[in-house]
Amino acid sequence: MILIYCELTENGQIADVSLELCTKGRSLATQLGTGLEALVCGNQLKDIEKQLYPFGVDQVLKADDARLFPYRTLPHFALLSQVVKERKPDVVLMGATCVGRDLAPRIASHLRCGLTADCTSLEIGSYEDKSKNKQYDNILYQIRPAFGGNIIATIVNPETRPQMATVREGVMKKEILDQNYKGSCIQLDASKYLKKEDEAVRIIAREIEQRKINIKNASIIVSGGYGVGSRENFEMLHQLAQVLGGEVGATRAAVDAGFAEGDRQIGQTGVTVRPKLYIACGISGAVQHRAGMDQSGKIISINTDPEAPINAIADYTIIGDVCKVVPQLIACYNKNKK
Amino acid sequence: MNYQIVVLIKQVPDTQNVGPDAMNADGTVNRAALPAIFNPEDLKALEMALQIKEQYPGSVITVLTMGPERASAIIRDALSRGADRGIIISDARFAGSDTLATSYALACAIRKIGEFDMVLGGRQAIDGDTAQVGPQVAEKLDLPQITYAERLLELNGKHIVLTRRLDNGVETVEAELPVLVTVTASAPDCRYPHAHLLLKNAKAQAEIWNADAIRPEIERLGLKGSPTKVKKIDNVVLAHKEGVQVECSEAGINGLVMTLVQDHIIG
Repeated sequence: MILIYCELTENGQIADVSLELCTKGRSLATQLGTGLEALVCGNQLKDIEKQLYPFGVDQVLKADDARLFPYRTLPHFALLSQVVKERKPDVVLMGATCVGRDLAPRIASHLRCGLTADCTSLEIGSYEDKSKNKQYDNILYQIRPAFGGNIIATIVNPETRPQMATVREGVMKKEILDQNYKGSCIQLDASKYLKKEDEAVRIIAREIEQRKINIKNASIIVSGGYGVGSRENFEMLHQLAQVLGGEVGATRAAVDAGFAEGDRQIGQTGVTVRPKLYIACGISGAVQHRAGMDQSGKIISINTDPEAPINAIADYTIIGDVCKVVPQLIACYNKNKK
Repeated sequence: MNYQIVVLIKQVPDTQNVGPDAMNADGTVNRAALPAIFNPEDLKALEMALQIKEQYPGSVITVLTMGPERASAIIRDALSRGADRGIIISDARFAGSDTLATSYALACAIRKIGEFDMVLGGRQAIDGDTAQVGPQVAEKLDLPQITYAERLLELNGKHIVLTRRLDNGVETVEAELPVLVTVTASAPDCRYPHAHLLLKNAKAQAEIWNADAIRPEIERLGLKGSPTKVKKIDNVVLAHKEGVQVECSEAGINGLVMTLVQDHIIG
């Protein structure tokens, strides 16, 4: 069985990242010939299971208790660790969010099982341990870029269960399987799982901000890398994005250098985007960055380096200085737009 | 009130300054070619500890790392910024540890250090970005964890109040010590080393503990204690697209814009 740990949004809906994982989990479960279950822990969940069935969830496990919302580590740890012990899933998938990245490692430590963070792809396959001369079938391949981005590692947990992985929002596609999919729901008695010690950390204030920058849904993204050179030069990208009706994205290097806000970061440790048009300005194209944008419709690369890896996946390459090319693009667009 | 604080630190390759010789021809990492630095978020955790020590001067800060002996460099750095004691756990039997085996070894070492009020560490290390070791150490020591911590607001007796920087906002939490806290990138930067401490610690040697010293179950260390196995490493092969090279001139760029407008991609 595959288990998805579902996160909730502020207004009590299932978070997108969890629905994306349900879609992925459904296809993996079908491939394995097994079921898909989802755990939801929250407060006043009403008939939240109905949000999950269309994604192919066979069984929803629901724990409804005031102590479970907003998220805190220990109460959710108590629920999820116990549910995993009871139901023995082969695979547990969680969002690589502030919640999933807080909870998953504690669970993996408790169950002494393997966990891979920030996977960009999940597949099923076999694994041969040559030193033990042992063959394992139906293993979860947890695939992620590693170390400096020059390599892609395929990680497996042959001996321990569950096989655990976290995945960032937007990496998997959210797709309804069947609007009328028939699943069932089990209500868990939260008070059976929660102890007084689970209240050790108390939330005394929360300031939730609306996401100001929404690059995930932008259809045109003008994105800048370290090669843009400065925060001032990034201003040009904002101008181009504005005339095109798009948003500005950035690489991790550009964010780390202070050229752009963290919310704009695209890539394995940022947001994954699939815009109609992606204009990569001064971006060399490390694999972690490409993992977050290579599904874009059309890619334009503007770079002084003809050998930049990004050029290999670009539909159009302009070898030139961003500071010269971007203003020309703006001028040409203003001339040609309808 | 004085506090016993353990700060988990790590020496990491500077992945932000990766040169062309960072990879060996066989696709493995050429660690020798990468400059080794103090993991940035661990420095922020050290700063939080130093703030506590400033307020409660009798507090003792012990920095702990797992790694080769050359990690002495970050121990000396931490001592020069005001830490009191530095320990490296180092042993060939730790080789090949994933986060589970690493957190187990660190937890054993923390138990050996003895009484503590809090364990601090960076949220994640830049060479792996997993953010797993902190929560896994917390679980092994049966401590509540406060991850993504940004600011220490209050520490009074056993009572601690911190803010956490989340994906969508800021949360303020309180707890009773002992706790484990992981500190995030937006926390205050670490103060600079003191000149007199730099001189004093220029040749300081960290205490080095081997595996036996931390009294572990040996099968939970290193490769044996690591459930995750690397099935394969692929060099990144770019699926080369037949892209169009656009001439970097007004005519070239104008042609591209016209094509995009005609194809309804922009406009």
